Amino acid sequence: MDTKEYIASGILELYVAGTLSELENLEVYLNAEKYPEIKKEIEAIEASVLSLTRTVSPGTIGFDDIRNRMDMEGFPLTEGTKNKVGWTAYLGWAVSLIFMAGLIWLYEQNNQLISDIEVVSLQNITLEQQIADSEISLAKKDELLATIRDKNITVVPLGGQTVSPTSYAKAYWNKHEKKVFIDAQGLPDPPDGFVYQVWSLKLNPLRPTSMGLLEDFVEDDNKVFALANPNESEAFGITLEPAGGSAAPNLEQLYTLGVATS
Amino acid sequence: MELELIVAQFQKKDTVAFEKLYNMYSENICGVINTIVQNSNVAEEICQDVFMKVWNNSESYNASKGRFFTWILNIARNAAIDEIRSKSYKNSKKNLSADYFVGILESKEDHESGKEDIIGLKNHLLSLKEKCVEIIELLYFKGFTQKEVSKELNIPLGTVKTRNRSCISQIRNNLAL
Repeated sequence: MDTKEYIASGILELYVAGTLSELENLEVYLNAEKYPEIKKEIEAIEASVLSLTRTVSPGTIGFDDIRNRMDMEGFPLTEGTKNKVGWTAYLGWAVSLIFMAGLIWLYEQNNQLISDIEVVSLQNITLEQQIADSEISLAKKDELLATIRDKNITVVPLGGQTVSPTSYAKAYWNKHEKKVFIDAQGLPDPPDGFVYQVWSLKLNPLRPTSMGLLEDFVEDDNKVFALANPNESEAFGITLEPAGGSAAPNLEQLYTLGVATS
Repeated sequence: MELELIVAQFQKKDTVAFEKLYNMYSENICGVINTIVQNSNVAEEICQDVFMKVWNNSESYNASKGRFFTWILNIARNAAIDEIRSKSYKNSKKNLSADYFVGILESKEDHESGKEDIIGLKNHLLSLKEKCVEIIELLYFKGFTQKEVSKELNIPLGTVKTRNRSCISQIRNNLAL
């Protein structure tokens, strides 16, 4: 298309005047979109028409009056930028809410895990304590076994007497180390305020020497008591005495008695 | 800001954009109405009505139908013509065909026109030949079609376009000086 000829035809002046048909308007619009020089020409014509029409203006009442009219008709006025909340804003809020819920859930999960770890840690400590206790107990038992297996040990069984026929005990006597281990598992728990007392006996004539008390009898788990015995014992006896023990045995309360054979 | 962007905002009912467009075109629209109704106060009132109409019908504008200014120009011309056809106006004895826009220019004092460039243009317009004055009056102020102008001035259809172009060119040349 010859744009110069098109411009020179004067159709663009009529376009700005607004006196063309709808079809002609569309044609000019499309040509203006296609050819920048046509668009530029239209803008120049419009500028001159604007200058022309401005010269005959009586002045205007102003936009404040328009604003008042819009206000009366109930139009909300735009303050600077438009405060339009689009779907993207709602989506944004939704996403952040989901994100927050996720964070809270993760936080709860984390707390649960921490508390689980604490519980397991406590269980571990308890188990370790039990293992340690067992090891100590085992060591004690090994020691005990080693003690009674010692070749210097003399085993003296103590049988039940009149007061308590079913009672029994054993004395493991290490003459060399001058020690006696009393295994008192076969004795009943002593009543409150009483205590078992172990005696080394010399026969012909009968002469008892206190070897000591079986203290804390009830609390003792294995009921094995180590006592010193520097005596040349011929027999061992166990009597029930008032708490703190007695200087001489109460033979009426003799629970067990055994003679050392060698 | 680009005119297209302002118009787009205006069509989204942005009052800030609307105010910009009002400031751009209200003087011109009031001027066109004034040449038709020949009464400053009436012209200013109709002018406000026109801009309210423009606001209320913003969605009906489409760039493919013409320039945004031209769209308002047509609304303004129709509103002004409706006014002079109304009974109350006929009673006020105005003879509109007698006075061209240059009549308004002649009656205007220089100090009313304000800026120097407008005074210069005014003087130039007053010096335009009768042929230009009548064709500009009919096409831009009265909204006559090419055919109507041809009939009114008794000139060939093709001459309307070329004569008008030559007249508008004279105004453009004056603006460029």
